[in-house]
Amino acid sequence: MPKQPQYGLLIDYEYCTGCYACQVACAQEYKWPAGMAGMRVMEVVQKLPHDKAYLTYLPFPTELCVLCASRTSKGLQPACVQHCMAACMKYGRIEELAREMGKKPRMVLWVPRS
Amino acid sequence: MKRGERKIIRTTTWSAGPGCHGGCGVLAHIEDGRLVKIEGDPEHPWNQGRLCARCLAMTQYVHHPDRLTRPLKRVGERGEGRWQEISWDEAFDLIEKRLKKIREEFGPESVIFSMGTGRDIGPWICMLAYAYGSPNVMFALSGIACYSPRIAAVDTIQGDYCILDAAQWFPKRYDDPRYKVPKCIVIWGYNIPASCPDNVFGHWIIDLMKRGTEIIAIDPRLSWFVSRAKKWLQLRPGTDGALAMGFLNVIINEGLYDRAFVEKWTNAAHLIRSDAAKLLRESDLVDSGSASNFVVWDMVRGAPAVWDATELDYKQAGVKPALEGDYEVRLASGAKVPVKTVWSAFCQQVGEYPVKRVSEITWVPEKDIVEAARFYAESKPAAIHWGVPIDMTPAITPTVQAIANLWCLTGNLDVPGGNVISRYAFDAVAYALPGTKGVIKLKSKEADSKRIGADRYGPLNRFIWRAQTDLVLEQIFTGKPYPIKGMWIQTCNPVAGIGLDPKKWVEALKKLDFVVAVDLFMTPTAQLADVVLPSATFLEKDGLRSWWVPLQSINKAMTVAECKPDVEINFELARRFDPDFRWQSIHELYDEIIKPAGMTYKELQAKGWAFPPEGHPSTPYHRFEKGLLRPDRKPGFQTPSGRIELYSSIREEWGLEPMAHYEEPPFTPVSQPELYKKYPLILSTGRRSPVYFHAEHRNIPWLREIDPDPVIEIHPDTAKSLGIGDGEWVWVENWLGRCKFKAKITLVVPTWMVMATHGWWFPEKPGAEPSLYGVWESNVNQLIPMSFQGKDGLGAPMKHLLCQVYKASSSEETGNA
Repeated sequence: MPKQPQYGLLIDYEYCTGCYACQVACAQEYKWPAGMAGMRVMEVVQKLPHDKAYLTYLPFPTELCVLCASRTSKGLQPACVQHCMAACMKYGRIEELAREMGKKPRMVLWVPRS
Repeated sequence: MKRGERKIIRTTTWSAGPGCHGGCGVLAHIEDGRLVKIEGDPEHPWNQGRLCARCLAMTQYVHHPDRLTRPLKRVGERGEGRWQEISWDEAFDLIEKRLKKIREEFGPESVIFSMGTGRDIGPWICMLAYAYGSPNVMFALSGIACYSPRIAAVDTIQGDYCILDAAQWFPKRYDDPRYKVPKCIVIWGYNIPASCPDNVFGHWIIDLMKRGTEIIAIDPRLSWFVSRAKKWLQLRPGTDGALAMGFLNVIINEGLYDRAFVEKWTNAAHLIRSDAAKLLRESDLVDSGSASNFVVWDMVRGAPAVWDATELDYKQAGVKPALEGDYEVRLASGAKVPVKTVWSAFCQQVGEYPVKRVSEITWVPEKDIVEAARFYAESKPAAIHWGVPIDMTPAITPTVQAIANLWCLTGNLDVPGGNVISRYAFDAVAYALPGTKGVIKLKSKEADSKRIGADRYGPLNRFIWRAQTDLVLEQIFTGKPYPIKGMWIQTCNPVAGIGLDPKKWVEALKKLDFVVAVDLFMTPTAQLADVVLPSATFLEKDGLRSWWVPLQSINKAMTVAECKPDVEINFELARRFDPDFRWQSIHELYDEIIKPAGMTYKELQAKGWAFPPEGHPSTPYHRFEKGLLRPDRKPGFQTPSGRIELYSSIREEWGLEPMAHYEEPPFTPVSQPELYKKYPLILSTGRRSPVYFHAEHRNIPWLREIDPDPVIEIHPDTAKSLGIGDGEWVWVENWLGRCKFKAKITLVVPTWMVMATHGWWFPEKPGAEPSLYGVWESNVNQLIPMSFQGKDGLGAPMKHLLCQVYKASSSEETGNA
């Protein structure tokens, strides 16, 4: 039976500015070459009514994300969470993060492969 | 230290490395002398553990295989790309010999010392130039158009600069009880999270938004802030001045200004002679009167009364100055002349910008202008934070006057959560920002008399102690009034980044007898030098930083090959050029610079950072009321009248318009209707990338992967009409030239504008001419002219050119792919 996931990443994408700190922090932590990282940032420009548009950035944990077990076991935040310039990422137990999600809109909870 | 053992050094970022204006606290993990990891310092009040992509990529930067590691001497022709490694001793000897020869034959002013934006080398390039004897320190951008014009313009009317209050003055930051979160921040032409310019950590504004701040975004482009703004004013680039006048119009007409502040702290009541369009002075009224004193109309006596600009008080007791009105005064000559108050003249000027007219100029709907102006004026506190587009227009100073008048009129100056006066921590001047007093000075006024442009432009004699860049470039070709023979270019890249009309810069460099480039990597500019010196990142040096607050030390964590910190290079040469050079060591120099902080450099290094105490002139708030701004400790400002000058006596002295107003920039659909027919798109440039600092970092794999190509943003409708698909290569062309970009079809730009990224060259391409790392392919500065600086020598049109865009043929598009 596959191991049940316990931890995840809560992203408040209202505040993600697309700075890519998470992506490079991950590459540095795991010494990935360019082209590989446990975090990717996507840009979404959504057209709205009345000639308007909305710009969103969304960090996405890839197949390389291991939720920084080596860091969290030492009491450190995952590399992406610590360096997030907008402080819009939170690491924690899935249930706690799910409760947190109910506090405001524009949130996403990722449970990576880890 | 044992092999494989890790030490962690706490230090501060600045310039070489992330490239930025610095301030973040970092922890550098060093193993066997190599940087193995860098992290944000969670204890540092500036960034609180956060760190940007550029700094997180430092391991790839510091140990990059292409780092310059030894001095290089040119052996072929300039630009041929043939170099020979030499020792530091040989390099210093060669430079000393060649530059001394120029000094003997042509005078020290014949060598220009050139730098880029916000560098930590500011003081050290001045130290070198001044030791050599040259006053010609140059910021290599046309019109010096980055930040210092804004500072100069604000200093002109306010006596002190001010910036957005994000509680950066206090160790506890937002939790400090003295602080208030702004209800509204106006983000004026800024995508600040991408670049952290002007000594503000961009994401502080996001911190404040989470604490309730609402945003008014002024931007032609749909930035991240725009998407989250309460109000978006999508103005036509270059019309910021008109928009600010429109705000003032609404605020004055609707009575939304702080009348008590206007009466007490501005020169609104001072009288202007209607016959001569000049401020009325005491010397106009009586022969023995001072020309430094101003005059008001005293409502009690029904007669003029003198404002003593030394005592900062009226000469008589019980004066009640009239704020409005037209009066008549008798001059010393006996003639009677009509006068009016500054406030009356100011309101009349503002009255020339009704919202309807402003809407026509700016292309912003009337309703939006009115609502935004009201929201700003009614939010207490409110702050305005502006970006470099304000500098990047020839009429920069009148634009700044209009915007600065906004925070003054609404009572948001030096209040918690407003626009707060920014001083160097402890008044310790490490960074020789233009115009600041500091330890490093030119030896004599006489030596300064030959500074290029100082005879022509007022601000260069009062606030910006630099050579005027456009005139320097012209003088290299004309040799008048004296020849230019050499250039010292330090962490600065005019051919690929900071230089407009970059082919002209190449031609200019080739005319010089001797060029030195100091940099970390070979660049298109360094390829045209005679000697190239390898400098160091912030991790490889001891340094200090007192750009506003706090005072910080930069602590050496490691060395790389033979790379030397800029300060060490300049120190060694300064000693050789100046027999009177008075410091024995760099730490001794640092000790002297930070003396006002009451600690030694070693003590600062042990602390890492230091905040000035409550009551110090570099700690807010309400300093003009407490008498903390002026040397005489009288309440008021460091202006000629001691008051905020809505009507600038300094501008009057310079023969320039004393009040805020709007001027149409030189290359717009309005000013160039004929060109606009041929080039029907507004070309704006300089959109920041979070992974690059201007022309840097294209060679850092983690960063290049994120932003691999020079991009131009085009609206889908525009692209469709031009038959351009997403990701296709296009030519961007105007009357000055053309260059190639990859089309990004996106709704973030309006149909009538394209946005081209700047600073592009390709470190992976051949360095020798004609390629110069492919710099001619996509350097958008080829489409922007030099020599369109403003009337005061400041500002240049960089954000509002005209162009046409068309698809590149399939054979042309492979070049950059």
